[in-house]
Amino acid sequence: MKSSVSKNRNLAWVVIFLLPNTILYFMYTILPAILTAVYSLLDWNGFQSAGEFCGIQNYVELFNDDIFLTSLKVTFKFMLFAVPVRFLVSMLFGLLLNSRKCLFKSFFRTLLFLPVVTTGAIIGTIMIMIFDPSHGPVNIVLEGLGLIDKGKSLLGSYDTALYTSAIIWIWKWMGMSLIYWIASLQSIPDELYEAAKIDGASGFQSFMAITAPLLKPFAVIILLLTIGDSLRVFDILLTLTNGGPFYSTETIELFIYHTAFTDRIPRLGYASAAATIFALFFCVVAIVQSAFKKRGGE
Amino acid sequence: MKKMDFKTRCQGWAFKIRRTPVRYCVLALALLLVTLIWIYPFFWMVSASMKTTTELFSKGLDLIPDQFSLDSYYDAWIKGGFSDYFMNSVVTTIGAIAVVLLRCSSCGYILSQASFKGKGLYITILVATFFIPHGTTIIPVSQISTSLGLMGTRIGVILALAGGGQVMAVMLYKSFFDKTPRSLYEAGVIDGASFPRIFFSIMLPMSGPVTATVTILTFMNSWNNLLVPLVFMMGNPEIKTLPVGMMAFSGAYATDWAGMAAASTITLIPVIVCYICLQKYFISGVAGAVKE
Repeated sequence: MKSSVSKNRNLAWVVIFLLPNTILYFMYTILPAILTAVYSLLDWNGFQSAGEFCGIQNYVELFNDDIFLTSLKVTFKFMLFAVPVRFLVSMLFGLLLNSRKCLFKSFFRTLLFLPVVTTGAIIGTIMIMIFDPSHGPVNIVLEGLGLIDKGKSLLGSYDTALYTSAIIWIWKWMGMSLIYWIASLQSIPDELYEAAKIDGASGFQSFMAITAPLLKPFAVIILLLTIGDSLRVFDILLTLTNGGPFYSTETIELFIYHTAFTDRIPRLGYASAAATIFALFFCVVAIVQSAFKKRGGE
Repeated sequence: MKKMDFKTRCQGWAFKIRRTPVRYCVLALALLLVTLIWIYPFFWMVSASMKTTTELFSKGLDLIPDQFSLDSYYDAWIKGGFSDYFMNSVVTTIGAIAVVLLRCSSCGYILSQASFKGKGLYITILVATFFIPHGTTIIPVSQISTSLGLMGTRIGVILALAGGGQVMAVMLYKSFFDKTPRSLYEAGVIDGASFPRIFFSIMLPMSGPVTATVTILTFMNSWNNLLVPLVFMMGNPEIKTLPVGMMAFSGAYATDWAGMAAASTITLIPVIVCYICLQKYFISGVAGAVKE
């Protein structure tokens, strides 16, 4: 049925109402996405007004650039460590806070979600102090327990900087996944559990028979959202380590930022080539998600 | 629940605790401990902001300052320039919220109520770009903004923050308007109201909860965003927002821990207060991503 809004006299209004969104969407997403791919074929330093066409030269150089290859590795290492931990920790909290007998659950949820709303750049600044090797509380406690050597800089050492930043990132964003889990768990109707109880199922049995299978589709979505988040990590790393020490925390996004904006001679074409490769990762995540959705729909 | 006085509430809690099996009480205690450790960094931050830096360096774990001092707040606010950063953040954030609300509500309304050629395609393209992060588009965005004269201006930052897909906000509005009855629109037409009039005085006021959620999510994203203001403010330090100001401050005064903690507290207070007061909108905004 055609709605009356679509009648001719209103068509002008339809266009006017769609215009602001369309312009902002085109100017800040569609056009830049196309331009990034175009720029990636240019040899262009930031001081020139326009670049020169150089074919796939930037891509060839990228795959021979140790710093870029390192940033690829760092991005994956970060993802492989941080995503499973955030996923499992948030699931555990979600299950605990969803149980009906749990006391003060909204209070706990409020506190666990708190870091999510805070400013990443500020968290970076505070955490530098909290993880300070000589005066920070984390080192005082860990040295007291004999877990680390005196004066060990967790954020400043090549072997620990990435994992320490990842833990801080998990801490900051765990509350987000927690909300995803709670929303998913609440979509399971209570009657199912009551029926299981009447049938004499134990808590563990009803978890395996009801909760786990019904949560599976949500778990996949939560996993994909978390992977997307982990690829996007930027402000925390920029303020915590700025990619150091020795590029051990330089993710692709930091590589793009440094190459395009802060290097002595900024290289816009080269950075755009890296951004194009980076965008492909998100395409993969999006394709997996839509493939999964389609399968679920059948 | 909210109307109850404190005593009745405590009695209610006591009753609830007494009826709860012991193992759940133990669980609650364990959770209490974990969550307090979880937000320890914020306690540490506030405590550090009221100590002197000498005291901070000498006794690490004790959270209570020897002498409460607000000097660091004065230093950060006046000398550190945080009063300017704060105002810039407020202006930028309000601007971004206004733009996002206008563009997303009108678009969501049309996508829900009107039918036109290519609507399905419009929505598909919109949703498909949901994942594109700022990091991959920032270079062309800065070039486009430079050529339009928006680089280094407040308007430029606001538009860049409010630009892009904003898929979530558009979809929240669309699904809200999907549920409004057709008869409302028809009643407006019968009363002789024009198309925009119906939208602004009937439809938009009705969408309060969605508007609240979108406002809060935009507030959080704009207040906290670092990359966009960082790139836009390279040529014009006058319009620095709090996160960018913090980077400059911690670069210049890296050993002034009390000052940095005070500056951090100043930056976080608005988001934290807003979160505590309007929690359910934050939560429903975030939960929307997984339900959709």
